[in-house]
Amino acid sequence: MNVRLIIRIAKALLLARWKQTLVAAIGVTFSITMFITLLSFMTGLNDLLDGLILNRTAHIRLFNEIKPNLDQPINQSKDYQGSYNFIRSIKSGNSRQEIYNSQAIMQALRKDNRVTGVAPKITAQVFFNDGSIDITGVINGIDAREESSLFHFSDYVTQGNPLDIQNVSNSIILGKGLAAKLLANIGDVVLVTTAKQQQFSLKVVGFFQSGLQELDKVQSYASIGTTQKILGKPSDYITDIQLKMVDVNQAPPVAKEFAKLFNADAEDIQTANSQFETGSSVRSLISYSVGIVLLIVAGFGIYNILNMMIYEKMDSIAILKATGFSGLDVNRIFLVIALSIGFFGGLLGLFFGFLLSMLIDQIPFNTPSLPTIRTYPINYNPAFYLIASIFSLVTTYLAGWAPSRKASKVDPVIIIRGK
Amino acid sequence: MDERIVLQAEHVNKSFHDPVTIPVLKDVSLTIKKGEFVSVTGKSGCGKSTLLYILSTMDTDYEGDLYIGGQAMRGRTEKQLARVRNESIGFVFQFHYLLNEFTVLENVMLPGLKLGIHSEVEVKDLAMDRLNTLGIQSLAAKKANQLSGGEKQRVAIARALINSPSIVMCDEPTGNLDKKNSLIVFDIFKKLAEENKQTLLVVTHDQEFAQNTHRTIEMEDGRIIKQ
Repeated sequence: MNVRLIIRIAKALLLARWKQTLVAAIGVTFSITMFITLLSFMTGLNDLLDGLILNRTAHIRLFNEIKPNLDQPINQSKDYQGSYNFIRSIKSGNSRQEIYNSQAIMQALRKDNRVTGVAPKITAQVFFNDGSIDITGVINGIDAREESSLFHFSDYVTQGNPLDIQNVSNSIILGKGLAAKLLANIGDVVLVTTAKQQQFSLKVVGFFQSGLQELDKVQSYASIGTTQKILGKPSDYITDIQLKMVDVNQAPPVAKEFAKLFNADAEDIQTANSQFETGSSVRSLISYSVGIVLLIVAGFGIYNILNMMIYEKMDSIAILKATGFSGLDVNRIFLVIALSIGFFGGLLGLFFGFLLSMLIDQIPFNTPSLPTIRTYPINYNPAFYLIASIFSLVTTYLAGWAPSRKASKVDPVIIIRGK
Repeated sequence: MDERIVLQAEHVNKSFHDPVTIPVLKDVSLTIKKGEFVSVTGKSGCGKSTLLYILSTMDTDYEGDLYIGGQAMRGRTEKQLARVRNESIGFVFQFHYLLNEFTVLENVMLPGLKLGIHSEVEVKDLAMDRLNTLGIQSLAAKKANQLSGGEKQRVAIARALINSPSIVMCDEPTGNLDKKNSLIVFDIFKKLAEENKQTLLVVTHDQEFAQNTHRTIEMEDGRIIKQ
């Protein structure tokens, strides 16, 4: 009963000065709108930029690194067991780059329910021969189907069919930059020389564009079989196994586990791409700060208007107190006023924020480095709307706190006597 | 304690301390019985309004003791005192002090809704009953700021009566009204006192008004010189 009465009085006071109320609410609406739009746009952009790298990066990569054996013969000798052995100029041994027993590992990984997908890969360093000039490049041997489903490979193939590398023998998809250097068109044949001085002719079946020009100048893709042939390796030769996880955050511990289990090196995405995490979090931080500043400004507006309202309503406060409303009741009345400005202003802000985000989502955005993007990216994360509504209530509560306290402290005797 | 005593003040002293200490009430004691129509008179600045604010529990900065309905008011929290005002005291001020955001009916209903004993429908009936008694039921739907001064004061009286208080306190209720309206307001008080046995405490400097009440308390320089 008391709560309903308080809300009723608050409503009457609010509507009596509806123009002021409207101005205060518009302040909140504006800041919430901007907060939502800013965060949606900024995060959309973040996701886009991160996606450039992270979408195409395995959550965990299993490989064999070329490195010196940690267990040198002298350490195994019984005579020197108790001593510190200093060995200089250790060379890496003739260790294999391939993953031992790769087929069995892949089968085991496909059964692991923490892993959503497995894609094998071979990297081969080659020279592309263009007349007398050699251009260094990399051929990635991939399974086009797996690569497309896990790492959006087909999105970045701008010309040609990505599956052609599986279907056409001795075929290759060249990076756009590399193709430009080689003056190669689809259907042309390019000549490559391996590190072991063997020459191969490969037919160009497509171009791809990753968005990172440096990458496009050296990278090219062929099927696993073709790459094995170029390198002169058997059909179980795999240098990398790429994994996508159900939960990306699980990658670091699982990577350690797999490294031990399969006796290979394992690198998780967080370690490999820590700079992107940093970039995203700083950008989010900036958008949050701007949004919060907007809300604080709106909060001061509400503070001013409530203060003015309290001066205007001194008589009403005095009479409420004289007729039996306690200081707490008066305090609540003004808090309800502040919170309802925050609530309704915020609600409208969420709505307009959504509209503005949708509008930005329609603006064309074409850039040669991002072939899959047609309009400005927007992230419609419901979390932003939740945060914005919590912020709007918290800010208006804080803005209303001091004026409400002041109202509750009004001494009716002074007001009634003062007339 | 006598059942019939509604309000009792014992040895009430009060001083203003800004900027120098000036005593305004000196050892004031008074008792008001049920059904009495009492007026407090005195020259401007004699402390009669100050006394009324202390008796109404709104001013708590005083020495001495105050009992309303036999209950001591000293040491009570602000919330408890608000409850006492809501339940047992009705107020009428010189400046009618209605809430302009509400209709006449709602103004009268507010203290009743705050009390929370009756449902809204019941409070509405009670409020209409009070307005009928004062002959202003036709004003119920009007906004408070559309009324004349005399009408406003009658609405304020209706509001003071909504919770059937044990005492109605009035601070110069006719001070801001013309002769005709003053008479109407006085007749209402008289009727309340005689027909409804409503206890009334009226602070006024209107001698004619005071003479027509049951008992007149005269004050001078913060003391009661005649009760």
